[in-house]
Amino acid sequence: MLEIIYQFISQNLLLPITTLLLPVDYQPQGLLMLQTVIKILAILIPVLVTVAYFTYAERKVIGFIQGRIGPNRVGFFGFSLWGLGQPIADAVKLIVKEIVIPTGSNRFLFVMAPILSLAPSLAAWAVIPFDDTKVLANINAGLLYVLALTSLAVYGVIIAGWASNSKYAFLGALRSAAQIVAYEIAMGFALAGVLVASGSLNLGDIVNSQSGSIIHWFWIPLFPLFVIYFISGLAETNRAPFDVAEGESEIVAGFHVEYGGMAFSVFFMAEYANMILIAVLSALMFCGGWLSPFQGIPGLEGLFAWVPPMFWLLAKTSFFMFLFLWFRATFPRYRYDQIMRLGWKVFIPITIFWLVVVSALVITDTPPWFN
Amino acid sequence: MIEQIVFYLFGGILLLSASMVVVMRNPIHSALFLVLSFFASSAIWLLLQAEFLAIALVLVYVGAVMVLFLFVVMMLDINIATVRAGFARFLPVGITVAVLMVTAMGLVVGADYFMSDTYMAIKSVGSDYSNTKELGITLYTEYLFQFEVAGAILLVAIIAAISLSMNKSKITKSKNPQDQVFVKKQDRLRVVKMQSETKGTES
Repeated sequence: MLEIIYQFISQNLLLPITTLLLPVDYQPQGLLMLQTVIKILAILIPVLVTVAYFTYAERKVIGFIQGRIGPNRVGFFGFSLWGLGQPIADAVKLIVKEIVIPTGSNRFLFVMAPILSLAPSLAAWAVIPFDDTKVLANINAGLLYVLALTSLAVYGVIIAGWASNSKYAFLGALRSAAQIVAYEIAMGFALAGVLVASGSLNLGDIVNSQSGSIIHWFWIPLFPLFVIYFISGLAETNRAPFDVAEGESEIVAGFHVEYGGMAFSVFFMAEYANMILIAVLSALMFCGGWLSPFQGIPGLEGLFAWVPPMFWLLAKTSFFMFLFLWFRATFPRYRYDQIMRLGWKVFIPITIFWLVVVSALVITDTPPWFN
Repeated sequence: MIEQIVFYLFGGILLLSASMVVVMRNPIHSALFLVLSFFASSAIWLLLQAEFLAIALVLVYVGAVMVLFLFVVMMLDINIATVRAGFARFLPVGITVAVLMVTAMGLVVGADYFMSDTYMAIKSVGSDYSNTKELGITLYTEYLFQFEVAGAILLVAIIAAISLSMNKSKITKSKNPQDQVFVKKQDRLRVVKMQSETKGTES
């Protein structure tokens, strides 16, 4: 289905454009560039729509958990439709609002900070495979690329905190910097475990090395790393219960206290895009990505053979995205020294130990995962 | 052709940002330009098909080292006027050292290596070539001993840094989490029995 649409656009829109506008020598490169742009749009537009409706889902889910209804007024054409128009109304409101730049702030860095925080979380989608063939950049070092880009998101926070010329923002930035550096190490070790288990840094190969059945997925042999990866993901995205960088009870709103309008909303989008990214990576690396959970079960495998592989990836991603909301509604915020203790003294030793265990499992060809 | 454009673009950015690190008045701006120069050099490494080194440069230097660097620089209250005061006085010494270093490097590396015809053309490799794998094989077989020595030195450095920061002075308010977890109701709470009071008895 998606391939047919892509082929259609490629043949009937991009090919004529390149043949009309470019000299013959540069036509293949031009066509490749335009095709890549189309592919990027095909990934980013759904991601941004999901970001918008993820905020709606968060308000709804937390509302239901707390016995409230959540947003249910804004709809389309006079129908309330359970409040489905809410994200669009929010977006319009934020676009229309004025961006106040505080006096004494560093104007350039103040404006750059939200962009620096959103760009890495969108750029990381380049290496995410959606099924066996659908991936924008099938690079060998995909896992490293993702790790490097998720570690860049902290710059937006630090620069925002510093450029705002505000004590609250600065304290939030410092908290965030220390927290992200701490949890990045645990995250890196968890990913090293995945690398050892799969023998590849390519995300597509990692998923394919989990094929077989639901017990072949890496969530069983790498269970501690799986849990630690997801919790570190919560900490990296500054989500509850690790959201001390914006702890409203102590430092108002933390690093984005001075931001308003669209500048604030770009931070907001970056946070949600990062959450979706962590969810999709958890699904890819530990839960078999696009592989069907019924694979290897005689009757059910045939029964669900018609389901496109991408559906399973999206379903698993949605589950992890729901976990983010569930955790937020369930756990109280950590105290800061406890966050540091958990990261440095609990997670890093466990991941190093489990790396040894995984290496032993791989060397001894332990079935059913490593034979 | 396109590789040359990319090379000169990122080479230009690298040189510009590296000189900005020295020129900028604000130390935060200097640090951010250093980040930019790391990025540009990582892009040049990518052109050499050394994707592991390129991404590791971003991951380690940009993602971790420079974050801590910014962390420290932001908390320092650096008075730019005093930093600038000695500029003219130390300029001759600085220039002498710079000239000496450039000559020394030139003598060691030699002019032979800077001619474009002495460069080996970069061997173009297929997309199934994994730089990470090659690097790993080389490190863990041919250079295993040196690699292990470097690892041991880093371990010593980590232990030294931690033991320096473990300065247990009386001011620290660090808590023992175990005591907090195992705290009982009796340790914190005292129930005081008292007579109920009725209205009007006091007065």
